[in-house]
Amino acid sequence: MFKVFRAFVTKEMYHILRDKRTLLILFGMPIAQILIFGYAVTNEFKDAYLDIYDQANDQMSKELVQHLQSSGHFKVNRMIQSEKELEDGFKAGTTKLAVVIPYGFSSELSNGNAVTVQLLADGSDPNNANTLVQYASTIINGFQQERLHQTDNPYQVEVEMRMLYNPQLASAHNFVPGTIALILLIISAMMTSLTIAKEKEIGTMEILLVSPLPPLLIILGKVTPYALLSFINAILILLIGYFIFDVPIKGNILVLLGVCFLYVVTALALGTLISTASKTQQDAMMRSLMGLMMPSMLLSGFIFPLSSMPKVLQVLGSIIPATYFIEILKGIMLRGVGAHLVIWEILILVGMTIFLLGMTFKNFKIRLE
Amino acid sequence: MPAILAKNISKNYGEIEALKDVSFQVNDGELFGLIGPDGAGKSTLFRVLTTLLLADKGTGEVVGHPIVSEYKEIRKKVGYMPGKFSLYQDLSVEENLRFFATIFGTTIEENYSLIKDIYIQIEPFRKRLAGNLSGGMKQKLALCCALIHKPKVLFLDEPTTGVDAVSRKEFWEMLQRLKEKGIAILVSTPYMDEAELCQRIALIQNGAILETNTPQNLKKSYGHPLYAVKSKDTYNLLKSLREAHYTRSVLPFGEFLHLSTNRPMEIEQIKNDLTRKGFPGIEVKKIEATVEDVFLELSETEALKTERP
Repeated sequence: MFKVFRAFVTKEMYHILRDKRTLLILFGMPIAQILIFGYAVTNEFKDAYLDIYDQANDQMSKELVQHLQSSGHFKVNRMIQSEKELEDGFKAGTTKLAVVIPYGFSSELSNGNAVTVQLLADGSDPNNANTLVQYASTIINGFQQERLHQTDNPYQVEVEMRMLYNPQLASAHNFVPGTIALILLIISAMMTSLTIAKEKEIGTMEILLVSPLPPLLIILGKVTPYALLSFINAILILLIGYFIFDVPIKGNILVLLGVCFLYVVTALALGTLISTASKTQQDAMMRSLMGLMMPSMLLSGFIFPLSSMPKVLQVLGSIIPATYFIEILKGIMLRGVGAHLVIWEILILVGMTIFLLGMTFKNFKIRLE
Repeated sequence: MPAILAKNISKNYGEIEALKDVSFQVNDGELFGLIGPDGAGKSTLFRVLTTLLLADKGTGEVVGHPIVSEYKEIRKKVGYMPGKFSLYQDLSVEENLRFFATIFGTTIEENYSLIKDIYIQIEPFRKRLAGNLSGGMKQKLALCCALIHKPKVLFLDEPTTGVDAVSRKEFWEMLQRLKEKGIAILVSTPYMDEAELCQRIALIQNGAILETNTPQNLKKSYGHPLYAVKSKDTYNLLKSLREAHYTRSVLPFGEFLHLSTNRPMEIEQIKNDLTRKGFPGIEVKKIEATVEDVFLELSETEALKTERP
């Protein structure tokens, strides 16, 4: 039996190594994806351009502009002279954020009166606008605090923020676990469902079925190479995260790998389940993309937080394995917790895996239809 | 114990009746041909007998095992070559053969004597990927893979479709040799000329078996005088013959027309009649019926039966 299994795995390795497209998906995609998430898709920004409409043009207003620039986040694009110029800038799309400092800024401020600084942002790109406005108002507040300290106002509430486990709010801390979840899903689930569907498509499944091979062995022989490869990929992503994007691994590495392995099994079960329902590779591809990739990307809390979604989507998100896997990964990698603190998520994942394996086994056909 | 036994097998795909009450038997060590056009139900019948599909009605046995309850036993003892070339195109000749030997729990070396005659022809290309082989070579490799575990029964679904004439001839010679080694073979083909190379044949059309017999007996059963007629203007000759009062049926066979008459006629009689109708250089000869003549005859009567029940 072991000889048969080995022959199967060897055959599968030949398929993988001889098909450049498969190789590219297996190793090109994980690396490309993590680099894209790492360098391009980020909520942080440096040197954003902003326009200043300084109506006051006095001592204090100049200091404020200076303060905004010295923060390292903003660079002044141009100084605007009129409201029309302001509007034109937004319409042309060259202005993303404008700061309007009112007349008599210095005098009002030194008299202890409230002064309003207006921030205008281009709301057609809401995420960007939000972030820009937030950064700018934090800096302006800081400026105000500094000035206030020079006066003798005894009543002050100061807010001090500290982001635990990710003090710089580096988005790498979020996307490395998310990318691992996605990549393992793509390789384990999509690739295995594709390779099983391929045997059906080219007709070799007929020959394999009319042979003494137990169906379970066919499946195991087909998924084992992909399980190994996805595991290698998980380690590759962890290494890239650790060395290039400084994502820490605070918890126990063995527990981490153990959970990765569990998730690989979950994904494999999903993949084989998909393959039992699809006759062609295209069919399998559509099912894995629509049924696995999209929800895992959008509803797992990887990109958008689950808690702010409508109830229906929250429920959908809670039946996606990736949701729990990402939660566990973040716990172990970033917060450095032991397995006992994420035991609930691990148990859910184990339960899902058992359920999926059962479904696969029940749906696996010993005949063609 | 017959190698294959099919009893009243019916199979529907939704509205379409793929097999209608099919019964036949293949004896031990027999080369049995299933002859019929595309879409006659040959592949479906093969899949039912190789345990890949469940029949809606009827029973069957292969090497003494019922096809539904003892499907596992059957899968160990038969060799199956599907209609479509179904080997791994990205594996070499040798890798394919080794893989199939292993999954059947044997080795190439162990059963080499059985495939030697065939394998020797593709051995020079053993490092070549199966996808780069010619049609004939592919079929030889597929046959080797189906044979490597010394099956008791061989199911070959249209093994010569899409294969050149020389390779077809070679392939049938190989089947004759395998038959001599005691392997029962069920082979399907749409080519009527190949029917003559089988010990017994079943003619199948629209999911029903028209007749089962030896090719010789089948041909003898054709009870009408038959002539081959040739002229330069085949099309108009066909039209003219259809209207002749002595014609039972006339059908084109290559460059000849096969004319079946409703009474015995002299060759000169036909020749004169056609020359008078303005066909120069007429050639007429009396011929024995071929399997195709029988098949067309039978399918015509079958069609008439279904039209007027």
